Amino acid sequence: MPKIYVDGKECEAAEGQNLLEACLGLGFDLPYFCWHPAMRSVGACRQCAVKEFKDENDARGRIVMACMTPVTEGARISIDDPEARAFRAGVIEWLMASHPHDCPVCDEGGECHLQDMTVMAGHVYRRHRFGKRTYRNQDLGPFVNHEMNRCIQCYRCVRFYCDYAGGRDLSVFASRDSVYFGRSEDGTLESEFSGNLVEVCPTGVFTDKTLKKHYTRKWDLQAAPSICVHCGLGCNTTPGERYGRLRRIRNRYNGSVNGYFLCDRGRFGYEFVNGDKRIRRPVLRERPGEEEQIDAGEAIRRASLMLGDGKRVMAIGSPRASLESNFALRELAGPENFFSGLPDNEHKLLRLVLDILKGGPARSPSLSEVGRADAVLILGEDVTNTAPVEALMLRQAARKRPVEKAVSRKIPEWDASAIKTAIQNEKEPFHVAAPFATKLDEAAKAVYHAPPEDIARLGNAIAHELDRDAPSPEGLEGRIAQLAKDIAEDLKDAKSPIIVSGVSLSEAVVKAAANVAWALEAIGKKAALSYIVPECNSTGLALMGGKSLDDALKAAAHGGFDTLVILENDLFTRAGKEEVEVFFECFENIIAIDHTATRTTSAAGLVFPAAAFAEGTGTLVNSEGRAQRFFKVFDPEGDIAEGWRWLGRIMEESGAGTAWSNIDEVLESMASEVPELQEAIDAAPSAGLRMAGQKVARAPQRFSGRTAIHAGRSVIEPRPPEDPDSPLSFSMEGFQPKGLGKEPPPELIPQFWSPGWNSPQAVIRFQDGTNGGLRGNDPGVRLINPAEAMPGYFREVPGPFRPRKGEWLVIPVYHIFGSEELNALSPPVAGLIPRPYIGLNPEDAVKLEAPPGEEVALKAGGLHLKLPARHMPGLPEGVAALPVLPGVERLRLPQWGVVARPKESAA
Amino acid sequence: MLSLFKTAWGVFLRAFEKRVTVSYPEERPYLAPRFRGRIILSRDPDGGERCVACYLCAAACPVDCIALDAAETEDGRRYPSFFRINFSRCIFCGYCEEACPTYAIQLTPDFEMSEYARQSLVYEKEDLLISGTGKYPDYNFYRVAGLAIKGKDKGEAENETPPVDIRGLMP
Amino acid sequence: MQGIIASVLTIAFVLIALLTSSAALIWAERSLLALWQDRYGPNRVGPLGLFQPVADMIKIFTKDDWVPPFADRPVFVLAPAIIVITVLTAFAVMPFAPGVLVADMDIGVLFFLAMSSLSIYSVVLAGWSSNSKYALLGGLRGAAQMLSYEIFMGLSIMGVVLLAGSFNLNDIVEAQRNMWFFIPSSGLFIFFPAGLAETHRLPFDLPEAENELVAGYHTEYSGLKFGMFYIGEYLGVTLIASMITTLFLGGWLGPVLPPAVWFILKTGAVIVVFILLRASLPRPRFDQLMGFGWKAMLPLALINLLVTGGIILALTDAPVFPGGGNAEPL
Repeated sequence: MPKIYVDGKECEAAEGQNLLEACLGLGFDLPYFCWHPAMRSVGACRQCAVKEFKDENDARGRIVMACMTPVTEGARISIDDPEARAFRAGVIEWLMASHPHDCPVCDEGGECHLQDMTVMAGHVYRRHRFGKRTYRNQDLGPFVNHEMNRCIQCYRCVRFYCDYAGGRDLSVFASRDSVYFGRSEDGTLESEFSGNLVEVCPTGVFTDKTLKKHYTRKWDLQAAPSICVHCGLGCNTTPGERYGRLRRIRNRYNGSVNGYFLCDRGRFGYEFVNGDKRIRRPVLRERPGEEEQIDAGEAIRRASLMLGDGKRVMAIGSPRASLESNFALRELAGPENFFSGLPDNEHKLLRLVLDILKGGPARSPSLSEVGRADAVLILGEDVTNTAPVEALMLRQAARKRPVEKAVSRKIPEWDASAIKTAIQNEKEPFHVAAPFATKLDEAAKAVYHAPPEDIARLGNAIAHELDRDAPSPEGLEGRIAQLAKDIAEDLKDAKSPIIVSGVSLSEAVVKAAANVAWALEAIGKKAALSYIVPECNSTGLALMGGKSLDDALKAAAHGGFDTLVILENDLFTRAGKEEVEVFFECFENIIAIDHTATRTTSAAGLVFPAAAFAEGTGTLVNSEGRAQRFFKVFDPEGDIAEGWRWLGRIMEESGAGTAWSNIDEVLESMASEVPELQEAIDAAPSAGLRMAGQKVARAPQRFSGRTAIHAGRSVIEPRPPEDPDSPLSFSMEGFQPKGLGKEPPPELIPQFWSPGWNSPQAVIRFQDGTNGGLRGNDPGVRLINPAEAMPGYFREVPGPFRPRKGEWLVIPVYHIFGSEELNALSPPVAGLIPRPYIGLNPEDAVKLEAPPGEEVALKAGGLHLKLPARHMPGLPEGVAALPVLPGVERLRLPQWGVVARPKESAA
Repeated sequence: MLSLFKTAWGVFLRAFEKRVTVSYPEERPYLAPRFRGRIILSRDPDGGERCVACYLCAAACPVDCIALDAAETEDGRRYPSFFRINFSRCIFCGYCEEACPTYAIQLTPDFEMSEYARQSLVYEKEDLLISGTGKYPDYNFYRVAGLAIKGKDKGEAENETPPVDIRGLMP
Repeated sequence: MQGIIASVLTIAFVLIALLTSSAALIWAERSLLALWQDRYGPNRVGPLGLFQPVADMIKIFTKDDWVPPFADRPVFVLAPAIIVITVLTAFAVMPFAPGVLVADMDIGVLFFLAMSSLSIYSVVLAGWSSNSKYALLGGLRGAAQMLSYEIFMGLSIMGVVLLAGSFNLNDIVEAQRNMWFFIPSSGLFIFFPAGLAETHRLPFDLPEAENELVAGYHTEYSGLKFGMFYIGEYLGVTLIASMITTLFLGGWLGPVLPPAVWFILKTGAVIVVFILLRASLPRPRFDQLMGFGWKAMLPLALINLLVTGGIILALTDAPVFPGGGNAEPL
């Protein structure tokens, strides 16, 4: 640890840092713009000038840019030096010369890095007498608003968008003092990570367009730590609420999970919480078509009648409901009557993934570990669309080895532009095997497009190359064998290789990925094995046990059940319409608990309003196996409550026990009933924790209007709602996290804010070193840990794919927008959901005489679909793709089906 | 002991001084234009609402008695969809006026706003918004700010140059 | 028969005059305080705000006359009556003008002392029966303060009694034809503060010190009962002022104007001094009040008595003790 002297104070800096990172890490205030912890230094803005002295006798010193100067043993610098101060004040004055006078109508105001830095650098008055430069803005789609006048030319946006996230449609135009950041023409930003521009931009050039529709300042947002519910990765988020409506989602840094960035699905999918399809009061439907809202007590009484007195109850859980709610349901019906609500194939695949991760030596990596891998093999997963942030991490992994090479040539790791120049187009061992072209192909050294069977065969071939004990596919094509050999070589060379697969294709692919990882372990490599799961609590539900939806359908058909309880699950998105309708016929009573009206809730006789993620507290388990707690952000109007709370009350009413008074009690009973989930209790501190005798405040100190918000209804101020489930208060009263050690455990930090740091950059005040974890350990506990012992390889290897005449293997295609149920309900996302289609290999399409857009018919699994054709490059012959989108009936995929021109199939 | 008598004598002499009481309401005191009384929302010289719903007044309010919610018109002007001041909490400190970047919120020389019911002291936007410019007759925020609205394009604000042609090739 | 009617008429006249004057005092005190504080005081009800007492009275009559559930009800109700009764009774011996008095008693001075001592009960009982800590503290303070100052009050009058040779207030007034007694006897300077303490007026209003005790012994009182204390206070002020007039300022004696007018003028002037003190002096601490009483007032009163007696002995040949001071012992 080199010692440095900052303004005469002796401090310890970390090896390999630059001075700016060292100063910020030590808690000094030093203004900067172009440096970003994820993208490091380019030295573009000249804002972080400090004075460096030769030795203790040097009184003159010289001005250097802190972000471009490495930390050296015994370095002496001064931040406070008058000359350095004047330099910085001058720089910001230039930057502000053309800044428009529009903070009051700028959405960045109040959390603006430029505002913070202007105050920090001490610039107050515009002396520049000449006109201000202006620009025209572009329409960048439904997510990001563009206001170029505010730009200070720090280049962060393009560095993130192009260099970090691999986007191609945002760039720098024009020259000299009129540099312009935008697209070549108006249009929606193509990257899945465009929303991060809002946080990356130090000023208000890129702002959140969904927030603009119902704008609220940061200081007025009540927030709580939350977890994204739109995919299985469990990114940490900070939802903000005002006047009972969710206003926006911001990234919440977690060094082990999502780091600094979110995907657009997670950032903009939140609006379903404000949707008009929300259920806010219990609904009773005694006869079809007749429905009435009833009060909570009455609903609970009726539910207890439907459940009590020897009635046989079937319970269907959900991968999008919290552990606690699923557990409460399991308690209500008994473990033998608890069904996961997932179709057979998905259910089995999830169980298989669990068995692989817990039974084998390959460890499921955290997202940050994914970003640090130095060799990547993706087997059969379109990661960009099923787990977008993992794709972003994989893009960083793709640069890992080239960066290491550059660093070995004495280029500091933080010197981003030098590194970029050194790397050029060099690629690291990054291999993609997928059934069709994916966005990550561009980062790959080798790409293999093949049907699921062949992908599994490739995987097994690689495993066999690594370890001769592993099964070998028979009759492998020479080209594929060579590819397998190359990939195996690359993986062997790597220090931390990673295999990425998922449950979207087939069992054979999942097993092949396990074989590769285990083969690496067998030859002494530490391999990470990342399985992508579709929903926010898929892993948690698999850990909970239960049987599949198909088992439920069978059991119901046998008869003997009286009442069906469905928790936050729309069965019509899991199985075919007719199957579900027949299933519902088997029951006398159906009780549904959900937050949004679905086809399932409209079939139920009694509906309870469940809390959406921002309205309740619970625990989710992500694909890594990390249990993370999300907290209630606001107290919703109506009778909305968490699923577990409703179920507890119903059980109490029917005499089956006492209702849990808070979430800690649920977790305790869960720990005793389901030992695999025992540690979920440690995902966050219990409700009894107090900081300096107080709860942690959800609202910022500056939260306004509390004596006026309710005054419209009554001038008598109501008491703030109580929260029995967490050490967080619904008010600005309470402990205010301030960073630099004055903060609660990181699971409980509602928003990152530190005095003088109002922007998202405040996170540096909560980190353990640059890009380190949050001080006091990153939130979450791992529930899945690898076994020591080496299990036997999966021996069955599928034969090669053989196209059938007149039949197609229909595989599912996932889309970032629309494939997950909840984000599709968010209006800004809805506009970007692709129109349903049937994907075909271009040659197959020509044979079928189906040009793009022409309607074709698909007959599979007793279902007839008529959809426009789409030519999908890379899709193998004999394979058709059906997107998972709202409005497309559910099929158990992959399966064989017939694709034809409509009139033929009609005949 | 003597001091007690001196005090009493001194107080007795006050009987011959002029009384300071102003006999309101017969006699009305002079209130300066910057007197901090009833709060209003003003309009700019063109008649548009001056308030741009920036929330600064609410943030500055030490008793948190201002609540509002932002909305946007078709023209691109931001305005408060509701604006509420709970005068039963207001302490007339004038911080809201100081914080206001558009001269929209102003305190006026009117303090006669007693009510029999506390609820009547909750003023909504229709009670606050006046049709004039208040103390600042000439100011128009959008003429100064770089944001384009309908009727004022980019580069047309005060002290602005015409928009940059980003496809121009001139150095 | 005629004597009885005359007495009844006198009593009625005195009662009406006293109650009216104490009502007028409400207005007078507020107006004077305002005058000395450069304000207007009551000026809204009637001309010059003269009907303010009427408005106050209506208010006090129509207020909820509430007895706290935790109070000792009979005592609580009785207490305010005692102060009014005792003070009014003390006026019985007061010579307003030659012949205008209710009871011409030879023990007039002693009767006054007795009655004003009895008014302590009002304060003590009110404080006790309220069953509240503020009231109790106020009552305790009142008892201690009034008992102590009672003693100096009595002693300070003795000089006057020596000079006049009588306890009869009529005789005392008559004895001042040549010289008002405040000149030979400095008892006035003891009697006056003692009177302040006795009526617990500012600055000696510690039993009801509002900064510490809310409202002292009458914290729990409201409505008419509170009004009785209020009136009792003003009656007390009038009583002490009348006593000062009678004992030290020559009573109704005076040239040109009718005797009753002289009496009223002198009493009024003393009341104005009372109000002036209220307007100007701060309240002492309770220990200072008691210390002042026992360490300053008591020696002064004794010295005053001695010196007065000595002067009388030196200046007159008259027997000090009528009936033969130098008589043989029995």
